[in-house]
Amino acid sequence: MSAVLKTESLVKDFGSTRAVDNLNLSLNAGTTTALLGGNGAGKTTTLSMLLGLLIPTSGKIDIFDHNFVEDRYPALKRMNFSSPYVDLPQRLTVRENLTVYGKLYGLKDVQSAVMEMVETFRLSEFIDRRIRRLSAGQKTRVSLAKALINTPDLLLLDEPTASLDPETVSWIRTFLKKYQQDRGATILLASHDMKEVEQLCENVLLLRKGKLVEEGTPPDLLKKYGRKTLEEVFLDISRGGIP
Amino acid sequence: MKLGSVCRIHALLLRYLYVLRSSWPRIIEISYWPTMQLIIWGFVSLHFGAAQPEITASGILISVVLVWDSLFRSHVSYTLSFLEEMWSRNLGNLFVAPLRPWELMLALATISLIRTLIGMIPAALLAIPFFGVSVFDMGLPLLVFFFNLVFTGWAISQVVTGILLRYGLGAESLTWVIPFMIAPVSCIYYPLSTLPAWLQKIANLVPTSYVFEGMRALVLHGEWRADLLQKAFMLNCIYFVLGMCVFLIAFRSARTHGLLLQAGE
Repeated sequence: MSAVLKTESLVKDFGSTRAVDNLNLSLNAGTTTALLGGNGAGKTTTLSMLLGLLIPTSGKIDIFDHNFVEDRYPALKRMNFSSPYVDLPQRLTVRENLTVYGKLYGLKDVQSAVMEMVETFRLSEFIDRRIRRLSAGQKTRVSLAKALINTPDLLLLDEPTASLDPETVSWIRTFLKKYQQDRGATILLASHDMKEVEQLCENVLLLRKGKLVEEGTPPDLLKKYGRKTLEEVFLDISRGGIP
Repeated sequence: MKLGSVCRIHALLLRYLYVLRSSWPRIIEISYWPTMQLIIWGFVSLHFGAAQPEITASGILISVVLVWDSLFRSHVSYTLSFLEEMWSRNLGNLFVAPLRPWELMLALATISLIRTLIGMIPAALLAIPFFGVSVFDMGLPLLVFFFNLVFTGWAISQVVTGILLRYGLGAESLTWVIPFMIAPVSCIYYPLSTLPAWLQKIANLVPTSYVFEGMRALVLHGEWRADLLQKAFMLNCIYFVLGMCVFLIAFRSARTHGLLLQAGE
């Protein structure tokens, strides 16, 4: 299986603070990988570098066999991102937002793509409503629709189900699983929700103080740490290793 | 320019036009300030004209006010459109798309031109029946004056948006302050010779001073001073390139310090 995304000795310093420390990771095509870690572990910093929003201090990022640090644009066309912490323009309607992003990603038939997203994410009821008038769950669905408008081969998600009701959470997880399987997409998911990770991810990467301290499949990690849930494994690692 | 760039610039233009369309106070505001300026300066002009006709000869006072406002409008329109992205915390989404910084700058300049024309044309038309002054009488030179000032406005905006990107919304007030820094040496309401010699040297480095000297020569003496406009254009090109560099350096600095995701917070 070929690596869609690969980092080598990736480092990010903010002044004297090392936020990401010598990170080597590799995501295979068609897999869903969780990026886990406590607050300040370096998840958002890592995601930002993998999106081109942050320049690494040193190290290498290859995405779709492009040197992403040198030239990120060829890869960005085939990627997308969603986070509850980055908003879409509040004054624009759902339709307007999706149209703008469809055009930004250079889609040929923007209107068809918008309608496909509206149908997929059940947005038709409020397609002409401004984003600021939507509930948190509705906003998350629109944000995911924006993230999938270009049918990305690589999808980076930062806590995609944070602060949502259980019904919406379940629907989004089922959708992401299906999208990944149908399109053969690669997904990197930063999350604090271990149930979500167990449900969606084949691989887990655990960060602590900017370092990759553990990686493996969920069953392998449970076996290694002798625990019944990933949450317990996460707590063990966050507290400094095997008890 | 590649087709992909055209699509992305078009996408951003649509985004700014959607914002404009969504808010009637914004549309009114675009024309409101130039019209207010016109009314106030129109009456000032009538008042001074009664006592000292040479000050307001050929409607020069109203003409310079309107033309100066095109610089301010172009700058404010450019910067406010950029601020929309910061206020809505949308820069992260924009720059994870394959959008180049220069494409954003070109889109901002285009929407700024559209908004400036929407603001200035009604005010210029109102000046004809209310004060008997038509800036359109200047003919083609009006376009040269207008575009030179719009060009200066963009150069200032590039610096201001660069500062906003690097230092965040705390620097928002610079939007309103910086254009007025060049006003005293732009010689809008008085000729260059009014300034003390040392200040004239500074004014010679400012493109707007050549525009207004050229405008006075045309309106008051019917003389077309191409040399002055050439100098203004040359200086504008230099400042425009410098402004671009400032923005691109600030963009890189924002990417180094991780500010694109935080912008607006």
